[in-house]
Amino acid sequence: MTARRRAIALLLAALAALVVAAPAAAERLIVSVSNHRVTVTPNYSGEELVLFGSVEKEADTPANRQNYDLVVTIIGPRADMVTRRKERRFGIWINADYRQFLQVPSYLAVFANRPLDDIANAEVQRRQQIGVNNMILTQRVGPDYADVVPNDPFRSAFVRLRSERGLYREDTSAVTFLTPTLFRTGIPLPAAVPIGTYEVDIKLFSNGVFVAKTESAFEIVKVGFEQFVATNARQNGFIYGLITTAMALMSGWMASIVFAKD
Amino acid sequence: MRPRVQIYLPIADLPVNIFLILAMGAAVGFVSGLFGIGGGFLMTPLLIFLGIAPAVAVASVASHIAASSFSGAISYWRRRAIDPALAGVLLCGGIIGTALGVSTFTLLRALGQLDLMIALSYVALLTSVGGVMAWEGLRAMLRTRRGIVIPARRSGSHGWIHGLPLKMRFKRSKIYLSIIPVVLVGIFIGFLGAVMGIGGGFILVPIMIYVLRVPTSTVIGTSMVLTLVTMLFATMLHAITNHLVDAVLALILMVGGVTGAQFGARAGQKIRGEQLRLLLGLLILAVGIRFAVELVIRPEDMFTIRETGVTE
Repeated sequence: MTARRRAIALLLAALAALVVAAPAAAERLIVSVSNHRVTVTPNYSGEELVLFGSVEKEADTPANRQNYDLVVTIIGPRADMVTRRKERRFGIWINADYRQFLQVPSYLAVFANRPLDDIANAEVQRRQQIGVNNMILTQRVGPDYADVVPNDPFRSAFVRLRSERGLYREDTSAVTFLTPTLFRTGIPLPAAVPIGTYEVDIKLFSNGVFVAKTESAFEIVKVGFEQFVATNARQNGFIYGLITTAMALMSGWMASIVFAKD
Repeated sequence: MRPRVQIYLPIADLPVNIFLILAMGAAVGFVSGLFGIGGGFLMTPLLIFLGIAPAVAVASVASHIAASSFSGAISYWRRRAIDPALAGVLLCGGIIGTALGVSTFTLLRALGQLDLMIALSYVALLTSVGGVMAWEGLRAMLRTRRGIVIPARRSGSHGWIHGLPLKMRFKRSKIYLSIIPVVLVGIFIGFLGAVMGIGGGFILVPIMIYVLRVPTSTVIGTSMVLTLVTMLFATMLHAITNHLVDAVLALILMVGGVTGAQFGARAGQKIRGEQLRLLLGLLILAVGIRFAVELVIRPEDMFTIRETGVTE
């Protein structure tokens, strides 16, 4: 019994040592989002969250590590989308061709403290998936599933249209270092922000090399009356329909009473 | 603090300016009261223009039309301007037509060209109906100005429609008519309403006047009953199958709509019939042309995005 317990203890100690040892060679990132639960209320018209954090140097971090660069990627709930292209046929413009985008972020924001090309070379950017152009947006073209080059017309139109609605953005001056190790960035959320869980991915670079990463998350939820209405519309369609029709009849009837007097 | 004019629509998933929606409801309500129509052909495009998803707009407008046609129907009922028998026969067709329309809608959506079909039918229907109505109103106005009096159609004049079997006496309208064309008209309107997201009153009224020869005294009130019931039916269908009825949006539209409709109905009594027809014809024509222009001119953006489903 004791031998077994000792074996387990040893194993645990070894595991703990591994866990501590793994990031010990590099820096640690500590971050926090100002609000982990954004509530969408009747007068919701967009909001800005703040993400702040610091770079913690470990004892064995090389002393010459300065010049930190930070890339923050926020990925909203994933959804399937269709991008259609209009073409002129028989004198009218109709949707002729389309691409399906599978499980792509409904919200995507990339923030950095300076231009991505200055932070790391193209190969590192691609491998670390930093920047909107390096995000994988899976398309279905007929039977094939693939991501395509960033300048693919459907892909670039997709990114452009999402950007116009404030749902995709890339800002390489959004992250500010308050001290060489203390940083902050704003996360603007437009009024039409999708509901769901948002992953926040923070990657630290130094002299063009990826050194550390951490993750955080926040949630956007509907609360109160909106949530009540939305839930019931989905779950009790019949009663919801009855109430809506009753509401229509009531308001019509009320109006005829109110206005019949004069 | 910003004043609370923005309200969040729970199903449309979008904040809107509450006064803008109220004003739109009132304006469309005014038009609907003025002409005795539902106003869906104006409201649905307006909501889509605001950025509300077409499916949500169509579903929510249905309940708005139901509210304004109910308030209209009550006042026509008080003036004994509704023919219950005629309304009942029309409704039999209307319910069948709505069910047919919903299944066609689903089929078209599966084929992927629903938007185009909707736009094309808007163009075809609105420009032809609006054009004929405006032209007819204009001619009538010119005739009265010149002092030409057209002899009123004899009530006994029989077209082929009046030779059909299964005749029925509609007492309040003082007509004796086969129920076959009446049911067919009901099916047609119910079908259009479901596919295009409109009440159909602006087509129903002329059909009833020119084809069925229903006297003008009962035509608007009776058509409102058909609109009311088909739109209530449509609201229920949308709520049960697609869960796309936005009750908050519908309520704001209703409040604006029923208020506007009352003022519209009052204004309508002060305007002469042919002027009213000319105005309505021009309005319908304008909406039709707007859809046509959108189809023909090069779009500002070749690309559109549509979400096909959120999965978490």
